[in-house]
Amino acid sequence: MPDNLVHSADAASSAHDEHPPYLRHHFNSAEQQADASNFAMWLFLLTEVMFFGGLFTAYLIYRNWYFPAFVAGSHQLNVVWGATNTLVLILSSFTMAMGVWCAETRRRKGLVLCLSLTFILGLAFLGIKSVEYREKIEKHHVPGFHYSMQSFLDPQSDPEVYAEYHDKPLTPDMAVHTELYFSLYFLMTGMHALHMIIGIGILGFMILRARAGAYTAGHVTFVENFGLYWHFVDIIWIYLFALLYLISRHA
Amino acid sequence: MSSDTIVRLPDQATARIPKDNYLTRENGILSWLLTSDHKRIAILYLASITFFFFIGGALAGLIRLELLTPQSDLMATDTYNKVFTMHGVIMIFFFLVPSVPATLGNFLIPMMIGAKDLALPRINLLSWYLYMAGGLLALYTMAVGGVDTGWTFTTPLSTHYVNTNVLTTGLAVFVAGFSSIFTGLNFVVTIHKMRAPGMTWFRLPLFVWAHYAASILMVLATPVVAISIVLIALERTIGIGVFDPTKGGDPLLFQHLFWFYSHPAVYIMILPGMGVISEVISTFSRKRVFGYTAVAFSSVAIAVFGFFVWAHHMFIMGISNYAVLVFSLLTMLVAVPSAIKIFNWTFTLYKGSITFETPMLYTFGFMGLFTIGGLTGVFLGTSGTDIHLTETYFIVAHFHFVMVGGMLMAFLAGIHFWWPKITGRMYPEKISQLAAVVTFIGFNFTFFPQFILGTLGMPRRYASYPPEFQILNVFSTAGATILGVGYLLPVLYLVWSLKYGAVAGNNPWQATGLEWQTQSPPLTENFVEMPIMDHEAYDYEWLEKQEREKEKEVTSAG
Repeated sequence: MPDNLVHSADAASSAHDEHPPYLRHHFNSAEQQADASNFAMWLFLLTEVMFFGGLFTAYLIYRNWYFPAFVAGSHQLNVVWGATNTLVLILSSFTMAMGVWCAETRRRKGLVLCLSLTFILGLAFLGIKSVEYREKIEKHHVPGFHYSMQSFLDPQSDPEVYAEYHDKPLTPDMAVHTELYFSLYFLMTGMHALHMIIGIGILGFMILRARAGAYTAGHVTFVENFGLYWHFVDIIWIYLFALLYLISRHA
Repeated sequence: MSSDTIVRLPDQATARIPKDNYLTRENGILSWLLTSDHKRIAILYLASITFFFFIGGALAGLIRLELLTPQSDLMATDTYNKVFTMHGVIMIFFFLVPSVPATLGNFLIPMMIGAKDLALPRINLLSWYLYMAGGLLALYTMAVGGVDTGWTFTTPLSTHYVNTNVLTTGLAVFVAGFSSIFTGLNFVVTIHKMRAPGMTWFRLPLFVWAHYAASILMVLATPVVAISIVLIALERTIGIGVFDPTKGGDPLLFQHLFWFYSHPAVYIMILPGMGVISEVISTFSRKRVFGYTAVAFSSVAIAVFGFFVWAHHMFIMGISNYAVLVFSLLTMLVAVPSAIKIFNWTFTLYKGSITFETPMLYTFGFMGLFTIGGLTGVFLGTSGTDIHLTETYFIVAHFHFVMVGGMLMAFLAGIHFWWPKITGRMYPEKISQLAAVVTFIGFNFTFFPQFILGTLGMPRRYASYPPEFQILNVFSTAGATILGVGYLLPVLYLVWSLKYGAVAGNNPWQATGLEWQTQSPPLTENFVEMPIMDHEAYDYEWLEKQEREKEKEVTSAG
């Protein structure tokens, strides 16, 4: 066993002689460097899971407690817009994955194209989200001083939603809790949107660098790690879509 | 184990401080502020942590002064609330959580595993800046009026009833939390990916195992406190209702989220300290740590169990009886790995060649005080006794035994133990032994009376108390004065030793870790060539052979 280890140490030091320019001084090989930063990214995503986990816990507890309010609240969401956004994000994940492939196979133009498409799709997602938010503002469904329970006390005052679900009116006690639903809705989608905005910012930066030829000369870690982040944000959305939009369709 | 019981420490008369080391490689303030060298970042942390420790200590002094008399006479009761809150916030988030990992862990983990640096050196520097940003924000909060919720930000007090600076304090903790997340993440990646050839998992020093377990906790638990602080801030500013009973929210949810971090956080604080103790005990008994594997896995077990006991902070907060039963049982389980550690350290001492240098004195302090702290934890984990003892000084004494008697002792043990490695110079032995003893005596005077006060029923968090409790409180305050001297002494003589201390040489303790097999202070890149680990951890026979060969070389060259 020690012989093997000595041998691997030799191998590592001979790899050191090649010295790609992006290799940082404290790593022995480019492989070790890429491994380490990939692993770090996965751990970072784990912290993100725990971060969102707090919100999901709150959502699940309150949904259990105030089931009718959460169902009625959920019926206010526009499934068509939500589904469109889900498609937009899945598509953007595809273009991102293609971007990583382009970087790995050293296709500069392809990489710039894929990153730009991802960028545009990300913006499209935020655009659609803002249309949805606007609808909530117009109906006074944003928690706070202007919050109105009208749609839940008297569902027929909201003809579009009523036509689809035929909700029975909630008692005032229960209708109060719809505000909690919308708090969680805005918190969770808002936190997700914040991650999207950060991601789009980084994408912009990457597009500029990729046009100058970065990432397509063998050092693709940054693109790969960003890809992981982007897919993660996508997955969070898929959970949000299921928990906020779909789960109460037939309740 | 060596059969030779006579300990031969190397002659330091010929030792010289090497001209090229991480301290002299670059000069100027920017070379420190923009460094990515883990050793320099550790020094930055050490300085800033010491600063915050003395601020938190001053606040503790104020608390003890106020409690000297039964009436609230030194300060207004509101001020007292702010003082103990800031004491808690600063000591926990800006001293205990980063204390050993960010200083000793940062300095030593790469060296112990034979790496040149942590895997993410710039993220490491970023964590220091985040820590400083959080710390300065906390100081700013204190300057503009402080906060009086207690360090736990208890809802609905923090969201609805107080007009103090909850938001800025929350932001300070949030920012410092990310510093802790990045430190933990960096350690996990480093320990996984940067080990030298031959450094298998079971050849890692136990210090590294303990940090690995603590890092897992930092990575998994800290984000949860981050989101709960975000929720507090939103509840306070725009009233989102998740913690507001009038809107159907539940303040208890905050308790669950908060303690889901803050209970594992106590293991984030204590585990690295336990790592220090393992190294010190082995070195000064000249014996491999008894039951290496058990001690290594007990760290991991503490980390795992630590995630499932948070509700024992909530026994009287209205959780169900079944929840109390389950969490009580799980809490008892944590005592098992902790006891494994204490027993194994004791067995390490058995038939060892023990000497009583300062780090060892602090370590003995740790073992005694941590055991008392841990056992009283079992009282508190039992729901019956907990209902009587919670919210009294018994709790205060319990966590100060674990955190101050345990963790701070371990921190001081570690600082003294690795001081020769960090600075290249020895601390003065006699006066530091005195400091260790003074600390131990002062500590017991301060906190032991509080166990009695607690059992008698003196509640915590009040500026005044019934006169019959005064004698024990006077004891406690007097003890705090002695303790203060005990903490001030090391600062004085350690600073003194930077210039006047005896030159240490590479391995003054004859310890086996890789960090001792290189020059002190180390080179910026730690090792001249990549070390290859061809022996087990704590292999004193290997070290002896190594030394003999070196001697042979010297004599044959001469």
